[in-house]
Amino acid sequence: MSTLDPSAGLDDTGHDSPYDLLGDDHDDGHRWAFGTGFTDPLEGIDTSVPAGLDADALARYCLALGDDALIYSHRLQQWVTRMPELEEETAIANIALDLLGQARMLLARAGAILGRTEDQLAFFRPEKDFRNVRLAEHGDRDFAELVGRLLIFSTWRLALFERLAGLESAMGAPDPVLAAIAAKGANELAYHRDYAAQWVVRLGDGTDQSHAKMQAALDVLWPLTGELYRPDPGALAGVEPAAVDAVIDEVLAVAGLERPDRAPLGAVSGHTGRDGVHTEAMGYILAELQSVARAYPDAAW
Amino acid sequence: MTEPGWPLYEVFLRGKRGLNHVHVGSLHAADPQMALHHARDLYTRRNEGVSIWVVAAADITASSPDEKDPFFAPAGDKVYRHPTFYDIPDDVPHM
Repeated sequence: MSTLDPSAGLDDTGHDSPYDLLGDDHDDGHRWAFGTGFTDPLEGIDTSVPAGLDADALARYCLALGDDALIYSHRLQQWVTRMPELEEETAIANIALDLLGQARMLLARAGAILGRTEDQLAFFRPEKDFRNVRLAEHGDRDFAELVGRLLIFSTWRLALFERLAGLESAMGAPDPVLAAIAAKGANELAYHRDYAAQWVVRLGDGTDQSHAKMQAALDVLWPLTGELYRPDPGALAGVEPAAVDAVIDEVLAVAGLERPDRAPLGAVSGHTGRDGVHTEAMGYILAELQSVARAYPDAAW
Repeated sequence: MTEPGWPLYEVFLRGKRGLNHVHVGSLHAADPQMALHHARDLYTRRNEGVSIWVVAAADITASSPDEKDPFFAPAGDKVYRHPTFYDIPDDVPHM
């Protein structure tokens, strides 16, 4: 924005618009020491729901993808101040911010259809309405679980976003906004996957102790991967396990790690994270995530 | 510093409109590849760069502050080393 109007970028609810994260063209020189040329991936894209597309299904799907990013981001934020090196801490904080940005855009897209703001969706929904996969809410117990989980999640999500953005084939998401969000996110996720993969290789191919810890982490995480490929009625895109496995198997081979042979975490009466059925950890995450907003509703800062 | 841990790397960045790489700071990393990752996360968060170099700080040979005078002072009074010291003859074009 080139104006200094303090209300610039605020929508009529007083919240700053998540699409402003992507920014107008900030290339106005004097305010940026180096960084210039920020572009808006949604520029010129019609934000109305395309005719013939089921708006409720689109909202539900955006909630699912948005909740994955929101909850995963929160889990990464919990690592900040706890990382072994300052440089790694910045890396994890960057990744958490990328995912938070994706969550904001996706929740705003769902909210525009549902008539709610992104904040209302993030802070005032009960646990059963959250649609994230249970992999997103797993609490990493050590650095190996952190990077192992990030490898699995980002590989899967990148495959999904590439499909939604139409990078794999001519057919992208039927919703142009979702396709634009996915196109922006794909570059971020490619970096997350690269970051995670290099650490999985370092630890797997490192000392006996780092190898054992990395293998133990994969063994713990593996049951959570089955849910990623469960058919989700109304989903606008899905990913074949083979596409994700090919990437992960390549990393495991270089790292000298075994692909775990673990049964998937079961569904509860046929329900999993996408249906609002979560692990015990989810309640604690939401308590931390939502408590301030619930104590001071509509507070501005 | 002699603290145990990862060695220090110096980071050089070329901006979009820059012609050459400029020193922007330093970081710790286990090896050059990790240093590149860290440099990306620490020094290009605001869209600053299009190219990164990292160099192990130990590999840089630097002039010593103790030798500052013998190194640099002798150049101080040799104004004739600057091209502007010389008068340009009138019949030399394009100067």
